[in-house]
Amino acid sequence: MREINADQITETVARLAVEATHFLPEDVEGAIREARQKERNPLGVQIIDEILENAEIARTRMLPLCQDTGTAVVMVEVGQDVHITGAYLIDAINEGIRRGYGEGYLRKSMAARPFSARTNTGDNTPGVIHTDIVPGDTIHISFMPKGGGCENMSRYQNFLPGMGKQAVIDFVCETVDISGGNPCPPLVIGVGIGGTAEKAMTMAKHSLFRKIGDRNADDEVAQLEAELLDAVNALGVGPQAVGGSTTALDVFVETYPTHITALPVAVNVQCHSARTKQAVI
Amino acid sequence: MADSIALTTPLADDVIDGLTIGAHVTFSGVIYTARDAAHKRLIELVTTGEPLPVDLRGQVIYYVGPTPPRPGAVIGSAGPTTSMRLDPYTVAMLELGLKGIIGKGGRGPAIREAIKQHHAVYCIAVGGTGALLNRHIKKAEVVAFEDLGTEAIRRLEVEGFPAIVVNDCRGNDLLEAGKKQYRTSSRPTPVVQPLGG
Repeated sequence: MREINADQITETVARLAVEATHFLPEDVEGAIREARQKERNPLGVQIIDEILENAEIARTRMLPLCQDTGTAVVMVEVGQDVHITGAYLIDAINEGIRRGYGEGYLRKSMAARPFSARTNTGDNTPGVIHTDIVPGDTIHISFMPKGGGCENMSRYQNFLPGMGKQAVIDFVCETVDISGGNPCPPLVIGVGIGGTAEKAMTMAKHSLFRKIGDRNADDEVAQLEAELLDAVNALGVGPQAVGGSTTALDVFVETYPTHITALPVAVNVQCHSARTKQAVI
Repeated sequence: MADSIALTTPLADDVIDGLTIGAHVTFSGVIYTARDAAHKRLIELVTTGEPLPVDLRGQVIYYVGPTPPRPGAVIGSAGPTTSMRLDPYTVAMLELGLKGIIGKGGRGPAIREAIKQHHAVYCIAVGGTGALLNRHIKKAEVVAFEDLGTEAIRRLEVEGFPAIVVNDCRGNDLLEAGKKQYRTSSRPTPVVQPLGG
């Protein structure tokens, strides 16, 4: 049994919030540079150039990449040989969010009561926190400041079991098509297939922590990812939806066994500012 | 960068005439910020017949909720938010004399029509470039609804603020035209519109 003090979790989350919102991950920036070479629409190229310049300014002048510094989505894997001391895990994470968003001059975007008094909670808490118990004696924290524009384009649908792969491709394409410029393309698209409704959406979100170009270990799923990316980029939506050949940088798929009656499909859309940061304690 | 058309606010009618979809423009002068909560309040004031805190005639509204400025800075990161969420308020705003809007993403058919009817222009700034756009904002002050925080109405003085014309005063739509031009898919374009964003 390894003891980890909750303060260490708080400090880590606070640091991840600031780093994630200011430094575009290298793999994402690399994929955007690559997309620039392939983009056929000159206006699309100009938009990509502004996106790359923005990443440079954010990094060097410590300005958030985007003013929407998001809902703080935190996925935590706690090793079962860890004993957390000093505070409750969830409180420690929320304290880290409070500190990171305050000290980092990040935007606080959480409305307290969703369908009535939409008063701002003032410190961007609570985060949306997922916990998982895993083997080992470490804590793995994955942080994603998830913007509203792209998150709001998420969709879920259950298809007839026999509809298979084509239903997935049609649903993902339709989602990207109708979302247009709202989620800030070029996109990264997370897809969860199988399980139950909440399992599918959680897989879709979880997949967005992968690096651009990382394929699913299962060959059949990896093949579907490649097909989805081609299908989405054929839609012509383009950077910021002005038309073009770069609609998505990558598509990630995760799957899980499902009920004999079901084919759940969830799509979680990520913008080009695909901000994630991870740490291990 | 392609040639830009330099615009000065407020926007004159003949200047709006000269703007067509796909044009790269830059705004200089005063623009006002407003997003969901501020729009809701403005429309409530109109409904109850109370005076508005800002005279919108000829003005440009920028849909933005910036991050807080670091000490000594004018403003924080300040990129556009999704325009479609403001569609329910936009016709009323145009009726009050609003001539220009800067946001991101497309507008519904009713808004495109209203922009044409009111001889206005809708532009996008590049979403997710709030750090770059920050540099074009020279001054910022809250002029109404301070309690709304990031959603308060701010008067911004901008210089060379970059944007792209998406809906011109002749009813054209860049996003529709662009998708059509670059689409290699045989899929029909779906008609359903997403909510919000």
